[in-house]
Amino acid sequence: MLNNCFLLAEQINEVAEVTQGSQLPLALALTIFVLAIFVGFEIITKVPPTLHTPLMSGSNAISGITIVGAIIAAGAGHSGLATLLGTIAVVLATINVVGGFLVTNRMLHMFKRKS
Amino acid sequence: MDRGTVITLAYLLASVLFILGIKGLTHPRTAVRGNLLGALGMLIAIVATLIHWSIIEYHWIILGLVVGAVIGAVLALKVKMTAMPQMVALLNGFGGGASVLVAGAELTRTPPAPYSDALIATYASAVIGAVTFWGSLLAFAKLEEYRAFRQPIRYPLLQPINAVLGLLALALCVIGIGQPQYIGLYWGVVAIASVLGLTLVNPIGGADMPVVIALLNSYSGLAAAATGFVLGNAVLIISGSLVGASGIILTNIMCKAMNRSMTNVLFGVLQADEGAAKQDDVYRNVKGAAAEEIAMLFDTARRVVIVPGYGMAVAQAQHAVRDLYQLLESRGIEVLFGIHPVAGRMPGHMNVLLAEAEIPYDKLKELDEINSILSETDVAIVLGANDVVNPLAKTDPKSPIAGMPIIEVDKAKTVVVIKRSLSPGFANIPNPLFAADNTLMFFADGKRAVLDLIAAIKES
Repeated sequence: MLNNCFLLAEQINEVAEVTQGSQLPLALALTIFVLAIFVGFEIITKVPPTLHTPLMSGSNAISGITIVGAIIAAGAGHSGLATLLGTIAVVLATINVVGGFLVTNRMLHMFKRKS
Repeated sequence: MDRGTVITLAYLLASVLFILGIKGLTHPRTAVRGNLLGALGMLIAIVATLIHWSIIEYHWIILGLVVGAVIGAVLALKVKMTAMPQMVALLNGFGGGASVLVAGAELTRTPPAPYSDALIATYASAVIGAVTFWGSLLAFAKLEEYRAFRQPIRYPLLQPINAVLGLLALALCVIGIGQPQYIGLYWGVVAIASVLGLTLVNPIGGADMPVVIALLNSYSGLAAAATGFVLGNAVLIISGSLVGASGIILTNIMCKAMNRSMTNVLFGVLQADEGAAKQDDVYRNVKGAAAEEIAMLFDTARRVVIVPGYGMAVAQAQHAVRDLYQLLESRGIEVLFGIHPVAGRMPGHMNVLLAEAEIPYDKLKELDEINSILSETDVAIVLGANDVVNPLAKTDPKSPIAGMPIIEVDKAKTVVVIKRSLSPGFANIPNPLFAADNTLMFFADGKRAVLDLIAAIKES
């Protein structure tokens, strides 16, 4: 299992080196996109209504993953404009990530006690 | 193993942790751990990115991380549970805004080839991200009830203007996708999509807010996924689509709970039926009652069902409700809560408030379950809810809420409605429940009323 993951990562990486700029070819990216949506539907329909608010704030924190792109934009040392945009994006995405996970944690602790 | 492989594997690990994290949210017992797994995944993704070879300077990154972390932590620790819808709206917006900026920065850095998929994704990020950002900020302002935003700004040709804006944005996208060197086009699209975000959310309010928030939640995910296509980065695509799916599912649940289509919620206007009975006729037989009279009901009651609505959040009555719950339980009365999916201003709003007041989650029952036991209930207490308990939804096919599943409190032996006045709910129609033979109206502020009730029960 782990070996397979390793191989897949290696392959994705090789593709990345060949295609340079864009790291994933479109077909592969679309495959990942569609499969992830299916996974999402499968698990999220099982979340009970009681936890819908934490689900929103928690999944929201996960969508702050844009921070990965923001960090590269802010640190790649290109034009001043790209760095500025990247830095603001890092701020916004970090608020999203830190705020989202913390507030979800706060809420979920309320559900946990007393039950 | 070279650095690229390490980073890719770290992203894979992060994606797996996100999925396990959301899976943890399927039960309150495992939810805290699930959220921590998600946070761990994010930490791994961030650390992996920091060792990326294209990063040559760190001071701006560190500045951004520190500023963002401080603001995020303060927001998360200070926010009141009643203000959670605003908080989520704001966070949705920031996610969308980040996507716009990252895609914009990528375009300035290395403009992709004309008509390439990366360029298409860049423009998709611009549209989705900007609509999410400004739509969410407006939703935030509405939920905070800032004076200027209490009523939608009215202007003619609402939908035609939206259509023109949409087409204009689309046209600029098409031109921009052919001409990557004109970065101004990108910001033009961002500007138009920003206006569109505002005009789309502007007419929506009140009880329709849960749908808007759930939809913007979905958009913030899709914006992240679009940025993933820009960067060719799998972890962004995976997490973005997870969140996108989550938001769409919630939107769907909310729409079903109102028996309205998404188009109707977003573009339609709720209008009271002209031929509907006049409010005065409906309310001719309303019976008011004082706390002492209502308190006597509990002498013989064996089961009580409390149905909270947005009014409970406004009155901050959740802790008083907990005291009432404990008092009744201590006298051997079974107390359950009936939660309508669209009660409050966001999915699960009531559950969070009651959890804050330390009411065990197994006392909170969903619509179908509570309806099946309401006929064997002695007292149903409606606290700050209106449309979700309006029997017209079942009886009047012309009503704007016709077909909406309701909590059938009228099946209980006695119904106590705690409400400040007979004013209509969001659907703006009278509620015959208030005048039903087995209904007692308790006119008061939600918190005050519950406290008075507790005092009266203790005395009797």
